[in-house]
Amino acid sequence: MAHGTGTGRVKRGMAEMLKGGVIMDVVNAEQAKIAEDAGAVAVMALERVPADIRAQGGVARMSDPDMIEKIKAAVTIPVMAKARIGHFVEAQVLQSLGVDYIDESEVLTPADYKNHIDKWAFTVPFVCGATNLGEALRRINEGAAMIRSKGEAGTGDVSNAMQHMREINGEIRRLSSLREDELYVAAKELQAPYELVKEVAENGKLPVVLFTAGGIATPADAALMMSMGADGVFIGSGIFKSGNPAQRAAACVRATTFWDDPKVIADASRGLGEAMVGINVADLPAPHRLAERGW
Amino acid sequence: MRVGVLALQGDVREHVSALIACGVYPTAVRRSQELDAVDALVIPGGESTTIAHLSKSFELFNPIKARIASGMPVYGSCAGMILLANQILDAKDGQEVFGGLDITVRRNAFGRQVDSFESDIAFADGSDVPLRAIFIRAPWVETKGLGVEVLAQIDSHPVAVRSSTILATSFHPELTGDHRIHRYFIEEVARGALKQVQ
Repeated sequence: MAHGTGTGRVKRGMAEMLKGGVIMDVVNAEQAKIAEDAGAVAVMALERVPADIRAQGGVARMSDPDMIEKIKAAVTIPVMAKARIGHFVEAQVLQSLGVDYIDESEVLTPADYKNHIDKWAFTVPFVCGATNLGEALRRINEGAAMIRSKGEAGTGDVSNAMQHMREINGEIRRLSSLREDELYVAAKELQAPYELVKEVAENGKLPVVLFTAGGIATPADAALMMSMGADGVFIGSGIFKSGNPAQRAAACVRATTFWDDPKVIADASRGLGEAMVGINVADLPAPHRLAERGW
Repeated sequence: MRVGVLALQGDVREHVSALIACGVYPTAVRRSQELDAVDALVIPGGESTTIAHLSKSFELFNPIKARIASGMPVYGSCAGMILLANQILDAKDGQEVFGGLDITVRRNAFGRQVDSFESDIAFADGSDVPLRAIFIRAPWVETKGLGVEVLAQIDSHPVAVRSSTILATSFHPELTGDHRIHRYFIEEVARGALKQVQ
């Protein structure tokens, strides 16, 4: 009986199970429990949420294994963790800890400014960020089993996430309109493998689940991204940097499921207290923009 | 026969496609009126805690529980199996389920995502052809009542079971192109049950 772990279907399938859900950044077991109780489909275990990474500066790295294990022990839902771009040893460590998904993330300081991790070499699946279709397909070619559109993490400003979702989906629509003999040049322009470009052109969608991330702070933000075609959302600083995390977390979960029902979103948005303090992406000097990391 | 897919969270789209391939055009169920309009229900894969949480928030939890108890045909894969079980092990504190199926299910029984796997299994629908089954942080059936029939197992753990009107699998037939499980649900479980009612 053929019995395979870490196959493409098992890795991509895991992401299919997260669809329609919210994945929340948490920094300790207590927050993880709040997230689980609020209906999160998974938690992202990290030492500092992006807003703090931004405020404190310095090199941001993989989290302490002790802290990841405490979070794993605290909840029954999947636990994800971040490795630096190109830092395959951090990824090996996270795999050995039994995390359920690795985010090769631009929110941490990149370890390699040329290469990303060879994700085919792992049993654990990876999610990677992308600002456009070419970047998404390069990550899938390296073995990513899930893509999230990048936003400007830790700002509470949804404009970048919006721009990147439009970019990715706009390029997919454009590919679908091309003649088959035009796909070769399209692949060259996207700097992506022809086979993947052809697959996207035929199916009108990525071959993996597409979530969105970065700057999502309110139920309406989550619903906006779902209506732009996201399969689900990551919320980082938006929940635990706000006035009432438990209530805001549950509200974002509801708005993600009923993204097409303004009445539900209105109800979910009532009395949530302070949202996270925002930073306008336009005010960020270019070297501090995280979404531009990765290539 | 009108079939619904519980569409609060999870791989709803894949179940919809599999049902369409079996000649059934399902509707999405997110509200109690939508539940009232269907004869049978599919509970998709996803996070069982999230699906339970959302069905409570939107006053769907008790109506689903009541419909299942009154004999509505229902099929659940993975999270769906957990939500249909009368008892669950390794659950979140206070985790609630619809229940109806006289089994005890162990959550994440095969391990975490690094242990998720696919495998050929024998499915007791009269065919000798093995079924490719995908297990993702999958549960298994730890114990079962007398009225529950085992349709497939792995290493002596039941992974597909049915009672008269309820079918549940630990694995995800909606992720493969093989629609035997969905066909079995429509033809053997749902049609049979609905005929008896009429």
